[in-house]
Order: sequence, then structure tokens, then C-alpha cells
Amino acid sequence: MISDILFGLASIVIGIGASYGLYWLLDQLVNRLPEKLQKALRAWAYLLPAMTLLVLILLVPLLLTFLYAFMNDSQRGFVGFDNFVDLFTDPVFIDVLINNFLWIAFVPAFTVAAGLMFASLTNNVGPRREKIFKSLIFMPMAISFVSAATIWRFMYANVPPGRPEIGLFNAIVKLFGGEPQAWLQLTDWRVNSLLLMIIIVWLQTGFSMVLISSAIKSVPEETIEAARVDGASSLQLFWRIVFPQIWGTVMSVFITTVIMVMKIFDIVLAMTGGQFQTSVLGYMFYQEFFLNGNTGKASAIVAVLTLLIIPLMIVQVVSFRRQEAMR
Amino acid sequence: MSKLTAKMSNFRWGSTLLLIVVVGIWSVPTISLLLTSFRGRDLANASPWWEVFLDPLNQDWTFAAYEKSLNLNGLGSAFINTLVVTVPATVLPIMAAAFAAFAFTFLQFKGREIYFAGIVALMVIPLQAALIPVLRGLVAIKQATGFSLIGNFAGTWLLHSAFALPLAIYILRNYMMTLPNALIEAARIDGASWWQIFWRLVMPMSVPALASFAIFQFLWVWNDYLIAFIFVGTKNPVMTYQVLRLLGQYGDGWQNVAAASFISMMVPLIVFFALQRYFVRGLTAGAVK
Repeated sequence: MISDILFGLASIVIGIGASYGLYWLLDQLVNRLPEKLQKALRAWAYLLPAMTLLVLILLVPLLLTFLYAFMNDSQRGFVGFDNFVDLFTDPVFIDVLINNFLWIAFVPAFTVAAGLMFASLTNNVGPRREKIFKSLIFMPMAISFVSAATIWRFMYANVPPGRPEIGLFNAIVKLFGGEPQAWLQLTDWRVNSLLLMIIIVWLQTGFSMVLISSAIKSVPEETIEAARVDGASSLQLFWRIVFPQIWGTVMSVFITTVIMVMKIFDIVLAMTGGQFQTSVLGYMFYQEFFLNGNTGKASAIVAVLTLLIIPLMIVQVVSFRRQEAMR
Repeated sequence: MSKLTAKMSNFRWGSTLLLIVVVGIWSVPTISLLLTSFRGRDLANASPWWEVFLDPLNQDWTFAAYEKSLNLNGLGSAFINTLVVTVPATVLPIMAAAFAAFAFTFLQFKGREIYFAGIVALMVIPLQAALIPVLRGLVAIKQATGFSLIGNFAGTWLLHSAFALPLAIYILRNYMMTLPNALIEAARIDGASWWQIFWRLVMPMSVPALASFAIFQFLWVWNDYLIAFIFVGTKNPVMTYQVLRLLGQYGDGWQNVAAASFISMMVPLIVFFALQRYFVRGLTAGAVK
């Protein structure tokens, strides 16, 4: 135990010290250059470590993944579109795609709606209560997907017949005279996938609430006062005056949640291990790569995932450019 | 006027009541597991957790599950492993991102805007999209030099850092843009080097943005499963790994995995409640509007 701690401390100090040293060295190198070169190269000296990491660990691998998607499992030869044909003729993959679209269809909308509800409700109750309520809604954001899975596996727990129900869902069903269910195995209408989505909505609503709430607070008071003087009701006030002014934030929360949901992985791993038709792209990738060793197929899966994300990337860059133009 | 005030006050109470109900429901999952973590094995398996409200005194409350988690189930050493992964994986990207953001904000170079737009684009790339080639590359390096980052904490630092960089550079650069340029120019005229300007002027002034991102990244890395699993896996298991392992054995009683979960949540929750203000600011800064 003590040696673990010492080793840990040493790693931390060496890791951080080495990076500081690297920057110092780069700065010193640039300082030795003639004035004119200094001006041209200083920015690149400071950018070098970050850019190296980005190029070597993000950009080049991303491109290689697309290349691997057209190669065999050992990356020794090209197989054309075989991996993609393999994927799209695999009923499991079609199931996975359907699930991913269901996730995109439900989770962002519910997360935004719940966030909007909490943001506007907490806006009415005065600062002290607002802070308490917000912390409680927000709290799940601090915990890991794995811990969240523990919490919800317990909610959905199903016990052998004859034993007392310890899962809340089954207890409620029984209270109303229903049959206890193995919730995570309910593949009809993909109820089990919906139950997994509830967890993410539960985790992410805090994020959406916080952003929407700060947008609501920045709505100019005059616009609200003016509408109130004109006799608008609270509902009208919200939908006609406040909502249009926070639309930009609502959209950005929506898109951020879509991006997050597309690469969802941990929650499926911890809840069902992808069984009972609950698998998603992120999980299928993990399965094909780590468990089955199908590198080509796994690459094709992330290639599909990345292609689905690219439109969102364009939206991000366009809205960033617009924001810059307004500076 | 008094009619309006009365209406407002009703509105306030109505909202409060509604919130109590909804927030109550929101908290039930967490509370249920928390209560279970303090119950004995037999009770945890044989009676539902809400029965503790019927008879709170007769519940054989115990810390046994916590003790077992820390000693037998390896949560104690997993705690240290998680810390060794998390601290450098938080500090390193901040240092790299701060230097990069500094260059993007205060130094002139060709193609500055284009490169920055590229970084915004990289923010959405999923980790999985880069994983296979990165692992291939590391295996190749190992075969060539004998040096392996797989099975090594340094591997987790590199990957977490790289994937944190786009967002970190974005947040820090947006913040640095709001710093007064005149101040930097004045320091230049007074003969300060860029190195000094960075450490003595820009970094201290950027503390709010640095803190927001640090908390964000800290929680993110602390809660990560995939990278830790790939790089330090079973050799130096982190908390998420241990909790997941115990979750596979809930037949031994929910109290064990419940206690392990709460041990792994402790640090994030402390960080979160202590520094909530910064965390919220970090989120607001990170969203492209």
C-alpha cells in the first residue's frame, strides 16, 4: 500500500515535471534563435506539444481507422467494402443502428425538456431553494456511468419468484397487481433500451438545466416587464418571450447531447453487456475489437459512427464561425 | 398590487411543492443504493430497502460492506490507482492547452483561424474512432524499442490528455480572448519575455477558466472506464473497473457493490459540491452557442 502511494506520487511528480521541462526547453530553444525567426516560431514552439498529441493520437489514427475499415483484420491487405457488406448484412448491426437512432430520438429531447422544466421551475422559488434543488438535480452528473448503472440495476432488480421484491420497479408493479418483470430482458418495443435511456436522461438533465437556466437568467428583464404590463399570462410569457430568446442555448444543449448519446458505451456495458438487443455502436465496437478481435469490422463500425457525427461537427464549426464573426 | 403579490407567492409555493416531488423522485435511485450500502448482507438480500423507513432502529446498520470493499475487494488500492491516473491526466492537458490557447490568442502566425476551426471540429470525434490505430502504434513501438505504454499509467495520461485538448484549448482560448490585450503589450514594452507573460500574467488571470476545466476533466477522467481498462486494466485496476467487477457479483449481496459505488463516488461528489460554481461555469464556457 505504502509503495503504491509512493509510486503514484513519484509518477505524478515526474509526469508533470517532465512536461514543464519540455515547455521550458522549447522556450529556451526559441530564445536562442535570431529575432526574426523567434517571431515566426514562438507560436509553434508553444503549440508543438498540443499539436503533436492531437495529430498523433487523434487526427492520424482517425484517418487510419477509415483505412483499416477497408482492410482485413491484420491490416495486411485491402478487402474493399467487405467489412461494410459484412456489417450491413449482419442483423445484429441493423438492430444496433435502430437502437442508436432510438437513443438519438429520445434522449436529447427528454433531456432538454426536463432541463427546461427544472430551469424554469427553479427560477420561481428564490435563490436559496433554487440552489438546493439545482444541486440535487445536478448531482448525478458527478458520478460515473458505472456507478449510475449500479444504482439503476438495483432499481430494475428482479428476484427469483417467492422472494421479497427488492427492486423498486417490480415492487410498484406488484403493488398494482401486475407481474414482476425481468426489466432488462424486455425486448418487445425495446422497453429495455428505453430503460437504459432513462438512466442517461437522469444523468444529463443537470447539464441541460444548468445551461438553460443561465440562458433564462440572461433574458433582459425589460422584455419580460413589457409583456407583463401588456397583460401576458405566465405561460404566454414563457413561450412567447423567454423561449425564443433561449432557443440558441436549447439547440446547443440538444446537439451536445446528441453527440454524447451517439458514442454511448459504458452504460450498455454495465447494464446488459449488449445482450437482449440493447447493443449500440459504441458497445458493438468494443465487442468486435476486444472480445472478437475483428479489427476490420470494428473499424468499419467506428467509421459509420464518425460519418454519422460529421454533420454535427459541421454544425459546431459553422456556429463557432458565426460566434467569432460577432466578436 | 396586493393581488399580484399574492399570485406571485402562490406561484412560488406551487413551484416549490412541484419541485419537492420531482426532485424527490430524482433522488430516490441514489438514496436507495445509499441505504442498502449500510445494511447487512442478509437484510439487503431479503428485505426491500424501503422497509428501513418502517423500522429504522431494527436494521442492523453496519459499515461491514465498506470495510470489505476497502480491504478485500481492492477499492483501497483502486482509489490510489485512480488518483495516479487522474491527477496527471488533469494537469497535463491543462498545461498543453494553456500554452496552445496562449499562442492562439496572443501570438501571430499564419493560418491561426483555420487551425483553431480544426480544433473545434476535433471536439466531437469519439474516442473509439482513434483507438485501434493508437493501440497498433503502441504495439509497434514496443516491438521496435521494447518500451511499452500499454499496461502503464503514462498511456492513460497521453490518451486522456489528447482527447481533452480540443475542449480545453477551446475553453481557455475563449477566456483568454477576454483578457485586456493592452496589459500584455505593456508587459512586452517593459521587457517581459513571453515565458514570463505566460506564467506571471496570463495564467494567474485565467484561474477561473483553468479551474472550471480542471474540475470538468478531473470528474471525467475519474469516472472513465474504457481508457483505464485498456491501459492499466487488471494490473492496476481503477475504481470503475472494480465497481463493474463487483456489479457482476451482486448475487453476493447488493450491499457490497453499493458500498463500492459510494466509495468511488465520494471524491467526485466532494469535488462537485465544493467547487460547483466553477464546474457550472466550465459547462457554460464549453457549449458552442
